[in-house]
Amino acid sequence: MTDLSALKPESQTRAIWAQFRTHKGAAFGLLVLGLLVLAVLIGPLLWDPPKLSVVEALKSKNLGPSLRFPLGTDQIGRDMLARMIQAGKVSLAVGFVAMFIALVVGTTIGVLAGYYRWLDGPLMRLTDVFLALPLIPLLLVLVMLFRDKVASLIGPELGAFTLIVFAIGITSWMQAARIVRGEVLALKEREYVLAARSIGTPARRIIWRHILPNVVSPVMVAATLGIADAIITESVLSFLGLGFPPDFPTWGRLLFDGLQYMQLYPERVIWPGLAISLTVLSVNYIGDGLRDALDPRIRGR
Amino acid sequence: MLTYTIRRLMLAIPTLLVISLVIFLLVDLAPGSPMSEIPLTVPPEVRQKMIAAMGADQPVFVRYILWLRQFFWVEPAQLVNGWFGTHFAEGEQRILSWQSRSPVFTVIGQRIPQTLTVIGTAYLLGIAIALPIGIYSAYRQYSLFDQLGTLFAMIGFSVPTFFSGTLLIIVFAVWLGWFPTKYDTMMSVTDWDSFVKQLRQMTLPVLTLGLANAATISRYMRSSMLENMGADYVRTARAKGMSERVVVLKHVLRNSLIPVVTVIALGIPSIFGGAIITENLFGVNGIGAALILAIHANDLPMVQTLAFIFAVLIVLFNLIADILYGFLDPRIRYD
Repeated sequence: MTDLSALKPESQTRAIWAQFRTHKGAAFGLLVLGLLVLAVLIGPLLWDPPKLSVVEALKSKNLGPSLRFPLGTDQIGRDMLARMIQAGKVSLAVGFVAMFIALVVGTTIGVLAGYYRWLDGPLMRLTDVFLALPLIPLLLVLVMLFRDKVASLIGPELGAFTLIVFAIGITSWMQAARIVRGEVLALKEREYVLAARSIGTPARRIIWRHILPNVVSPVMVAATLGIADAIITESVLSFLGLGFPPDFPTWGRLLFDGLQYMQLYPERVIWPGLAISLTVLSVNYIGDGLRDALDPRIRGR
Repeated sequence: MLTYTIRRLMLAIPTLLVISLVIFLLVDLAPGSPMSEIPLTVPPEVRQKMIAAMGADQPVFVRYILWLRQFFWVEPAQLVNGWFGTHFAEGEQRILSWQSRSPVFTVIGQRIPQTLTVIGTAYLLGIAIALPIGIYSAYRQYSLFDQLGTLFAMIGFSVPTFFSGTLLIIVFAVWLGWFPTKYDTMMSVTDWDSFVKQLRQMTLPVLTLGLANAATISRYMRSSMLENMGADYVRTARAKGMSERVVVLKHVLRNSLIPVVTVIALGIPSIFGGAIITENLFGVNGIGAALILAIHANDLPMVQTLAFIFAVLIVLFNLIADILYGFLDPRIRYD
């Protein structure tokens, strides 16, 4: 008798990971993004700049890079490295949370539209309307009009964060919804769904147990690319002066602040810009690699 | 083809109405509107007059209908008056900017040429760069050129324009001093010298936007070419003994351009959105800069109108792309 354990099929996760690793760009992206996330998470523990008194801060404004201030200081004597770390935390958080909101909304709408025929028409028209909205102007208007109100409710910092994350989230779910709807439309005609229905499985359960696990892979790709979009959108808002308040910086805000001093201290613009670009680049590469790895037609070739 | 076009046009109307309602309500019902910002020291009867002067004392529904009427009847009529000297809708209330008390469309009319010069040139440049890159990348798939092209595209849509623009300013304007940092809107081209000056000040904004657009379009061009390169009709053409040049540049290219043309049409409204950033960075006095100015000044009619114009552009170019696609590829038409 042959040993059955030797025939054990390779686990799917491992196959995906093996394919993902062969994508050089994706591996590079994962490494860079990992380093960036690590830097903003444990950075504050490793790098604790000395608290300066007002006089000291005045004396140490606009300094170049030194051992004491590795990235120099800004126009009121704040350590740039500490600010970069703090800003990175907010920028990345905005990216992840906004993507998560967009994903939840998009998947819900996509599943509902794909599974229930009577909801398909109205929900897809809604998606079309959202796709035709001019997003950047609308986001700017949203932030301008609701900033003070939300800030007075839950404080300026949390208020700005909540408002921007929600504004970005509810204006970027459309792609995910379309992808999920398409997948669900195809999935619900499959035999196993029919089998589940024939034994009387309620619709909720079919969706949770049989449909959703199968739309995970396209959704993952959309999610990765969504992070990049959210980070760029947030920095655009900050760049136009309608993002976060100056004492609660993001990379986009730092870049905006640095613009006035661009001619004398270009590094103040370059560091945050580089951070945004690197993050987005690595996220895009990860998305690319994931798409290849999750596609069974490409995998294993 | 005509019924298809008409049907698409009819479908666009409800979409536009819903969007206009969304934009109107969003701006109108927001807590931060300037109606609530009249100082408390102003006596109530004066406050009432101020609100009435702004037309803000009517119910929301009435104001929405009035705004729609202004947008779709009074303003186009004024435009026709300006062109042909007719007298439609004279003496009607126009959409007035709260900043300058002048009609919103006059302000937009003054600013649109600036936007179109810079953005239009940038888009054309982007297409001119993207098409050859996409074609050659696909023809020599996985070659060094293709890999460089992929890298260029990846960087192109990962680096946001506000950063690439800033980098260009730092390198070419601050360090090398080849180009001015700010765009001078007041300059008019009268002779050769001012033309050269105009070209120089346009270089950086056009490069910034053009490269970003080229990245996206070149990807579409490449994948569309790749899809066609393996098609049966290409093998037939080669089998007939046609030269590579004719096969690639006539047979494959023509068929590959169909989806790319629609992508180019679809991209036009989004570059107007992207122009908001570039215009602010370089100080081009176009409609993007007008929008930011209006937002900071709480000028609601201006914001509503500009946001709606952006929406109209999106719907319009979606329509154009659809019709163009149906025109170029008869298989797509549903009539």
